[in-house]
Amino acid sequence: MTGCERIAGAFEGRAGRAALMPYMMACFPDEQTSIAIGLACAANGADLVEVGIPYSDPLADGPVIHEAATQALRNGATVTASLRVAKAVSEAVPTVVMCYANLVLSMGWEPFAAELVEAGVSGLICPDLPLEEAPEALAALDAHGLALVPLVAPTTPDSRLADIGSRARGFLYTVSVAGTTGERSGSAVGIDAVVERARANTPVPVAVGFGISTPEQASSTADAGAEGVIIGSRLIREAATAADPAAAVGLVVKDFADSLR
Amino acid sequence: MTEVEHRFGPYGGRYVPETLMPALVELEDAWIAARNDPAYGAELGILLRDFAGRPTPLYRAERINELTGGDLWLKREDLLHTGAHKINNALGQALLAIRMGKRRIIAETGAGQHGVATAVACARLGLECVVYMGAEDIRRQLPNVERMRLLGATVAPVESGAKTLKEAVSEAIRDWVATVETSHYIIGSAVGPAPFPAIVRDLQRVISDEARAQMLDRTGDLPKRVIACVGGGSNAIGGFAAFLDDAEVELIGVEAAGEGLDSGRHGAPLTAGGRPGILHGSLSAIMQDDEGQIAEAHSVSAGLDYPGSGPQHAWLRETGRATYVAVNDTDALAAFRRVSELEGIIPALETAHAFSWVMANPGERDLLILSGRGDKDLAEVIARTS
Repeated sequence: MTGCERIAGAFEGRAGRAALMPYMMACFPDEQTSIAIGLACAANGADLVEVGIPYSDPLADGPVIHEAATQALRNGATVTASLRVAKAVSEAVPTVVMCYANLVLSMGWEPFAAELVEAGVSGLICPDLPLEEAPEALAALDAHGLALVPLVAPTTPDSRLADIGSRARGFLYTVSVAGTTGERSGSAVGIDAVVERARANTPVPVAVGFGISTPEQASSTADAGAEGVIIGSRLIREAATAADPAAAVGLVVKDFADSLR
Repeated sequence: MTEVEHRFGPYGGRYVPETLMPALVELEDAWIAARNDPAYGAELGILLRDFAGRPTPLYRAERINELTGGDLWLKREDLLHTGAHKINNALGQALLAIRMGKRRIIAETGAGQHGVATAVACARLGLECVVYMGAEDIRRQLPNVERMRLLGATVAPVESGAKTLKEAVSEAIRDWVATVETSHYIIGSAVGPAPFPAIVRDLQRVISDEARAQMLDRTGDLPKRVIACVGGGSNAIGGFAAFLDDAEVELIGVEAAGEGLDSGRHGAPLTAGGRPGILHGSLSAIMQDDEGQIAEAHSVSAGLDYPGSGPQHAWLRETGRATYVAVNDTDALAAFRRVSELEGIIPALETAHAFSWVMANPGERDLLILSGRGDKDLAEVIARTS
């Protein structure tokens, strides 16, 4: 089964109204604990897990994920170790890796794609690789049956959204608000329109992320038509502060899963 | 000329979150329109002349020449309002923001010179101004922080990483991602996603347009070499631009060797052969580890304390059109004092790197871009050398 097929299966076989897609950071707080966190996500209702690779200069991330990355790197996190984490989690649940472009470029698109296959990962999200810069990455991932998952934002004009949507693999990562990752209160204004616009412009499922931090927000995002809901900073905060990070993240993931039944 | 470069050879591009992409397209369109609009040029020209103090003089460094036997000429950007070349770009982009209907300005600053220049432009033009500055740089450059606040700007301390210029740029970009529909980001150097490197170069080109004419007028000839310090590289690219087609004019960029190129604690990605990598939205020569994590730069001068370089500089290096060298902290500090004593000009620590190189390697008809004055650096220099 290719990565693209495994992602499609995750959406088709989802347990609730929308696929639950928790984000975790590899090697945060350390390698073994982050594996335990990923497995706890899988055991508590995650349909797909996003595995972030710590990066020194994460431009699309708010303070919570930025700080987690800084700590992980300080504790010796590497790309190699992060891919070991992804491999362990991929045995329990489909995964996509989220990684800033320079780490991929440094290894080369083709070798990086081969590493993802080796780790059992199904796709890649590069938050700083817009459509114009993506052709080489897309070719390398396509050759391995992996999904290069693009992002669209509320600021993306319609014509551009159609271009991105038609080239999307796996799912379309739909950013719900203009801004960086992080928890926000209330629901994004006009989320129904954002989801509807995305769905009209792509053949792949639409997953919504950035700012979803409560089960209520997740539920209303699913009600708006999102086929996947991505939870990030809320879970990183739990991993950063709980005495038993895996157990604590598992409990929160279960709350989100229940809200999507 | 209607085209704005997205790439310089392989370098440049737009490696940014999708949220910013429409704003970069809008900015490029606005820049093409402004460049072709005589009204924009006239308004900027009057501000540069009457408010900022252009044209700046070309000055022959007689006592340095007596000492070295060379013939060194200085382009006096230090005499501009706010004390550095940064005002050329800040005024140009602030007017551009107004044309785009954006009344909130974001900026980053290292030494504080770009922050002060942007705060001045915003005060003059009635714009809201937020300046991101690393907490370590706030400590090093307190007088500039006070200036920005006096001018009505908000100075936002950045506590992540090494708390210097790299983190300040990152934080400014994060602000812009969240406020892009109402804010314009005035980037201070010739870095960032396209079209920023081209816009900043075009706005700083006034340095070499003036200097080229002044050299011809005063010496009857072009300079043999143009020398400028390079952090991100805005004064250098502005100082080089008008000479790019003069093949006989040698272009030399002077980076910060910090505690030494071998120490790893420097700010010289071009000289040290930094691998191509992505930093702050463009592909260029950068300082990074084997896996692509961005390294921390180090320099006594806050304005050169940056692990990246403008993409056009990376291309000028690769094609051999420009040469890049580096000067360490100790030599820069010595040049800071020497130039002050010899010429009665206190140069910025950034520019002191260029002085150090040219005084050790004197030539006939050298043009040095004196990018800024050093009043801001007094406390730091006295603390380090006393």
